[in-house]
Amino acid sequence: MADPTTDRSGVHAWIRRQGRWSAFEIAFWIAVFVPFFFFPTYLTLASQIAIAALFALSVDLILGYAGIITLGHAMFFGLGAYAAGLLTKTGWGEPLSGLLLSGLFVALVGFVVSFVIVRVQHLAQLMITLGLGLLTLELANAMSWLTGGTDGLQGVSVWPIFGTFDYDLWGYTAYSYTLAVLFVAVLVARRIVHSSFGLSLRGIRENLNRMPAIGAPYQRRLQVIYTISAGMAGVAGALLTQTTSQVALDVLSFQRSADVVVMLILGGTGRLYGGIIGAIIFMVARDQLAGINPQYWYFWIGILLMIVVLVMPKGILGFLAQLWERVRR
Amino acid sequence: MPTRTTLALAVAAGLTWSAGAQAQETVKIGVILPYSGPFADAANQLDAGIKLYMQQNGDMVAGKKVEIVRKDTGGPAPDVAKRLAQELVVRDGVDIIAGFALTPEALGAADVATQAKKLMVVMNAATSVVTEKSPYIVRTSVTIPQVNYAFGKWAFEKGGVKQAYTLVADYGPGHDAEKSFAKGFTEAGGTVVGADKTPVANPDFSAFVQRVKDANPEAVYIFVPGGGQPAAIGKALSERGLTPPATKIFGQGELTHPEALESMGENARGIITTFHYTLEREDPLNNAFVEAYRGANNGRSPDLFSIGGYDGMHLIYEALEKTKGDASGDALVEAAKGMSWDSPRGPISIDPETRDIVQNVYIREVQEVGGKLQNVIIDTIENVKDPLHGASN
Amino acid sequence: MTGNLLIVLFDGFAFGMLLFVLSVGLSVTLGLMNFVNLAHGAFGMLGGYLALVVTREAGLSFFLALPAAFLGAAAVGIACERTLFRRLYRSGELNQVLFTVGLVFVATAIATFAFGTGQQPIQIPDVLRGSVEIGGLRLGIYRIFLILVALAVTAALVFGLEFTRFGAKVRAAVDNQRVAQGLGIDVDTIFAITFALGCGLAGLGGALAIEIVGLDPTFAFHYLIYVLIVVAVGGLGSIGGSFLAAALLGIGDVAGKYFVPELGSFLIYLLMVGVLFWRPLGLFGKR
Repeated sequence: MADPTTDRSGVHAWIRRQGRWSAFEIAFWIAVFVPFFFFPTYLTLASQIAIAALFALSVDLILGYAGIITLGHAMFFGLGAYAAGLLTKTGWGEPLSGLLLSGLFVALVGFVVSFVIVRVQHLAQLMITLGLGLLTLELANAMSWLTGGTDGLQGVSVWPIFGTFDYDLWGYTAYSYTLAVLFVAVLVARRIVHSSFGLSLRGIRENLNRMPAIGAPYQRRLQVIYTISAGMAGVAGALLTQTTSQVALDVLSFQRSADVVVMLILGGTGRLYGGIIGAIIFMVARDQLAGINPQYWYFWIGILLMIVVLVMPKGILGFLAQLWERVRR
Repeated sequence: MPTRTTLALAVAAGLTWSAGAQAQETVKIGVILPYSGPFADAANQLDAGIKLYMQQNGDMVAGKKVEIVRKDTGGPAPDVAKRLAQELVVRDGVDIIAGFALTPEALGAADVATQAKKLMVVMNAATSVVTEKSPYIVRTSVTIPQVNYAFGKWAFEKGGVKQAYTLVADYGPGHDAEKSFAKGFTEAGGTVVGADKTPVANPDFSAFVQRVKDANPEAVYIFVPGGGQPAAIGKALSERGLTPPATKIFGQGELTHPEALESMGENARGIITTFHYTLEREDPLNNAFVEAYRGANNGRSPDLFSIGGYDGMHLIYEALEKTKGDASGDALVEAAKGMSWDSPRGPISIDPETRDIVQNVYIREVQEVGGKLQNVIIDTIENVKDPLHGASN
Repeated sequence: MTGNLLIVLFDGFAFGMLLFVLSVGLSVTLGLMNFVNLAHGAFGMLGGYLALVVTREAGLSFFLALPAAFLGAAAVGIACERTLFRRLYRSGELNQVLFTVGLVFVATAIATFAFGTGQQPIQIPDVLRGSVEIGGLRLGIYRIFLILVALAVTAALVFGLEFTRFGAKVRAAVDNQRVAQGLGIDVDTIFAITFALGCGLAGLGGALAIEIVGLDPTFAFHYLIYVLIVVAVGGLGSIGGSFLAAALLGIGDVAGKYFVPELGSFLIYLLMVGVLFWRPLGLFGKR
């Protein structure tokens, strides 16, 4: 019998098994095509859900897997949104390269910020992320000559995708585009999470102080995942700009940072799809409730959140996973 | 380009499908407002204005039934506003989109109005550039330069003030107000001795008010967002002894709205404001409007949001009558151009070239009337247009 | 010039004292129970509306409205703690965040339904209006009142913590909950009473705040951020820390806006990030 502590092929086999596509995942990626056929008037909402899901996924990478608490991630979302918008104003409106460039820019900012983030924990970390987010918002407001201030950036015009697909009133292009980007992001996230790097992140989340003892210094790893997460959030923001042809200060708001954390916890952290499910449920509930009662819909959302916490402490996906386990037995 | 045509055909097909799906006898109006969030109060007041108009005038116009579909942006959220406008057109099949309390949201939805060729009635957003964003936009509220440029001129010419200090909130409307007031004031011959900006979410004004006091100007011009800030700054100013007649206080009408007056008490006496709607204006139409509004809203008084909504509905009703029920965007916009009527706020009209509102600007002073402090109109500047349209900013 | 500076500092200090009363409750409960109560601002809002009802509907004096706000918020606090929050003590921070955020949504909706979205002005007694001349400086009477109330609260809290048995038990529970339980200290009751106290103080702060910053249903979320900043900078579970942090933030904010108004809100956030980076546990925090 091979010694498990030195037999690395066993560990890698286990990682590979974790990384296989589950039935649920395959079902999910088939289900995402349903709106095209059955809910064609909801495509614009669907594209914005996809963007929120991407944003939530980026937060899951640091919150769910690495244990970094953040209430200011909208900073990266917003920077990506403005980067994409400003890029089109310089004359280069090609969406895919714009998306990549914005993502890279924001990842760079994330890298710089990560030096501060990894040196603090718990409440201090939370408050610093909050503070940085608010500072970025103030900065954008102050630099209204560049950002357009409260009224937003005007004159953002994005070229059609691949030169042919324009942004239609129904949202076919927007949803296809955002869905494709979300899919790629999930592929990337899976690669990261189902790897020894991903495992080390979970170790860091569980017990920060013990990690150096097993030869895995944590600061550099945290910086890597934080940078990737920032870049992903930036891509989500850029997508918003490109599909709506506008950017305004609300992309940097505390509201946005808080909403994405709520979506993630609702769906269940550390499960890769938790943020996506949480985003879908939160935004669909909000849309439907606001349609019925525009003035008090958030009362029902509040009740929903409270019930979910009391009944499903591991988030919706966690609850479903527990159900599935029980059914299997 | 072939693909553009295909898409245009798809849009047209979709629109005819949704239009055909609704009864030919209704006109649907989609109202987009920030019903929840920090601007909920503005949305509620505007909505109450819409409701009152419909209550007084019924819901039948030109043989068709008027239906309102309400959508919340949770504002300020221009991306949500744009999506809601799209959904209203595509899903609910509305003929007209209206509301828009906030400029970024109006700007966000403008493209949809143009693409879908629907009349868009802006009932509050107050930045000049809004009506330029789409040929289908008509505004029934006010623009900040409209009331403040005229005010700046008045301050020098009739207000007897040669120098002023400006103190505005650091966001779009604040910047607009400062620029227009300063332009009008300096063009008439006045000097601006100092200009400060306060953070938008500002809990405490002491530092800024102290700076004003240090400069000891003849007058101070203020612009802060509505809600709790007007009362706070009014009290801060009087705490420092910056009160009329020693220092004149100028501001836009929100500074002396009813709740602010109640909260400031004696400190409000003598404040001079510029506005397009004065609650206490003695006029039979206005008195009837205020009484009906208070009756329908638990005693709450109407304000600029209410009148914007009220007059917006009037515009829609009158335009529909003119087009004999034709609710297409082009027909309605043509009918709206040049329209004029007597509103509770005074005589108003829609400029045929800019599709923006033309109205009287009232200069008011807080004086005691029957034991209560209220806004008393001391001057009226008639038929003011927005000064910025067509001019480069 | 020094006169101006002193007035500015005085005003900043008064504002800081308002923040202190609003925040000290959260600092204690967070430090004591590790329970992330983001609904703390909602208790402040509740106190504000209670004060309003007492002065407007019941026609009673403002001085009666303050203890009414305190007691009302404390009562609702205990009710929430006994029925809802105690189930979440072991649920982890994230769930507590989600739950209390949901609670804020519900509270805001109830406030909107009951009182509407408009501003609620409050009538303060004439004795508190206006300003008075002290040492050549014109100081607002209401602000002096704020400072006095905050100092009284501080004194009461410090006295309570340092010189009473209950206070000793609280301090023991903050330092090491398990050992305190092992010594036979009824940690449960201590939690409940302390939580009630924290909510009550938030309610008092909310009632005091109306005159300075106004009241409407967005109060709960809006002031949450300031409260979190004071708590984080001051250090969890430390009354002295909250006091110092609140004073610093109030003075720093006002002084910053006076000397360099272009900085505006930047200063508070920069201060916070700076302090937390240098001392992650806050100025006087222990963990």
